[in-house]
Amino acid sequence: MEATNISSGTTASATGGRPASGGAPVSMQKVSRSFGTVRALNGLSLDIAPGELVALLGPSGCGKTTALRILAGFETADSGTVTVDGKNIAPVPAAKRDMGMVFQSYSLFPNMSALDNVGFGLRMRKMGTAGRRRRAHELLELVGLAAQAGQFPHQLSGGQQQRVALARALAIEPRVLLLDEPLSALDAKVRLQLREQIRSLQQRLGITTLFVTHDQEEALSMADRVGVMKDGMLEQIAVPSELYTRPATAFVAEFVGTMNRIPGELSSGGQATALGTVTDVQAGCADVPAGPVDVLVRPENLRIAAIAGGNGIVTSRTFLGSVTRISVLLSGDVTVQVDVPSATADQLAPGASVQVSLDGSPVQVAGRS
Amino acid sequence: MAAIISDELAEEAAPPRPRRRRPVPVWRWVILVLTGVYFLIPLYAALRFAGIASFGQVVHQTGFSDALILSLKLAVMTTVLTLVLMVPTTIYVHLRLPRLRRLLESITILPIVIPPVVLIVGVLDVSPGFLKSTPYLLGLVYVILAMPFAYRALDAGLRALELRTLVDAASSLGARWPATLWRVILPNLRTALLSATVLTVALVLGEFTMASLDLYQTFPVWIVAFDQTSGPVSTAASLLALFVTWFFLMLIVTLASRRSRRGGGGQVELFSVRRTVR
Repeated sequence: MEATNISSGTTASATGGRPASGGAPVSMQKVSRSFGTVRALNGLSLDIAPGELVALLGPSGCGKTTALRILAGFETADSGTVTVDGKNIAPVPAAKRDMGMVFQSYSLFPNMSALDNVGFGLRMRKMGTAGRRRRAHELLELVGLAAQAGQFPHQLSGGQQQRVALARALAIEPRVLLLDEPLSALDAKVRLQLREQIRSLQQRLGITTLFVTHDQEEALSMADRVGVMKDGMLEQIAVPSELYTRPATAFVAEFVGTMNRIPGELSSGGQATALGTVTDVQAGCADVPAGPVDVLVRPENLRIAAIAGGNGIVTSRTFLGSVTRISVLLSGDVTVQVDVPSATADQLAPGASVQVSLDGSPVQVAGRS
Repeated sequence: MAAIISDELAEEAAPPRPRRRRPVPVWRWVILVLTGVYFLIPLYAALRFAGIASFGQVVHQTGFSDALILSLKLAVMTTVLTLVLMVPTTIYVHLRLPRLRRLLESITILPIVIPPVVLIVGVLDVSPGFLKSTPYLLGLVYVILAMPFAYRALDAGLRALELRTLVDAASSLGARWPATLWRVILPNLRTALLSATVLTVALVLGEFTMASLDLYQTFPVWIVAFDQTSGPVSTAASLLALFVTWFFLMLIVTLASRRSRRGGGGQVELFSVRRTVR
């Protein structure tokens, strides 16, 4: 939270003398919402610290968008409380919540220029024409689109449209910024650039942000904390590195990053055996009964060596830069992915016989699927 | 304050709008000419038969201006009522009750299915006396007649919009309903509103059966009544009716286009829903 003032010289805030933007804490407690027989949210609890960017990640239908829409005021919760800055916002209509929102796509008003789009929120706050135009210009400058101020949405590219939408959301100096899959309709390259830019802008302005996405890479790279959702509840919320290295559940383990499932055995003593290696089991798998299980291992936690008469055969090899991902068909019709440093991948050509084993680090286990 | 988002992205320009100029094949011209001949020859024949002088006589006939003014009043009344009723209804159905769209579609088709004679006889039978004594009862009935056309035009316009997203965006920016409707939805429905208006006006200016059974002399009724006297003059009257209708339709389209261009909305195209390039 270094710079909380996004615009020099416009301290006469249209939103009533409040310091420009800055973060407000957001809290959702035991929020539930059903649509007919479908429970979209099932007692979701989520706290977002001031200035923090939290990503909600999950497959479609997990309730992440419903959570965002409840916070925005477009949906109402059946039960539970939502507070911003400690105040219950349930009775506050969407138009009075002061939340900037960026939608997936096509949310710019087609009949208005980029400048008028950005100025729309200020106009609704009865700001005068001159001040509104000046401020809209500053925000377009902030997103690097000052030259496009007079253009209409259909004259802008997808990436430019989303940047105008971002400027428009920031123009009202929102207490909370809501991002509803804002990058998913864009080309890969533009998406990557915009991702970094949204993040740096958010950090610089220190706006509390809730970001909904189904793209794990996006969530892990942008967020301070990532909440993985399943069936209307949070499976785990943690900083990205922890989510990856210490997933709380098998669902999280498999949803975040690449995960191999290898048939193995769980002893009553809490040790797992797979691929001939005995290894410790991570905490959080206590509810899995001893017996046949699937052992969950990341590609980088497998070892591989080219050996005649090994336990697998290389089926394909994908160069990913510094590492190369090797697909190996194990006996029992199980395919696993193994990451090796690209320098050592030469002898692991498709067709080669290899020996795959665990590297001995604690693993996660799940019931046999 | 420096731009935090680099200019690299600015390079990535909007996709050029495709402007294809395909050569028009010969057979298209043939069809165009044949169709033109089919429509224009009767008009030309009528014009020749009537002679220019007859037009002057028509205008000076008793009842001409009264009938025309009544028709125009009815056109304005019907259009305003139709839009006031249909615009909020269609928007509401699109936003809140999308499942009712089918039902609404079939309901709005009824006025086409029911013959006008049946409709007006029924209406005259049940309508209270104070309404029967004014020509504006016709306006109310015309609203029903115009419903299928107006609904379809508006429905197509709304379908081409990302209505839900636009409404949500407007409300997250602090817009209440009236502002959302006035500043966001209606400007983007311009083409649809124009189509609905033009269709309604054309319908009112040309409707004969109901007006005649309701015993009011609207412009079409006046022409038919007047038809009995002199051949060339009555032909001139019919042609005049055609031109008057054309004139008003063109006027509406021109005005709407000019307003739209001023507002940056681009050219308004009649009857076609222009999808913006995305």
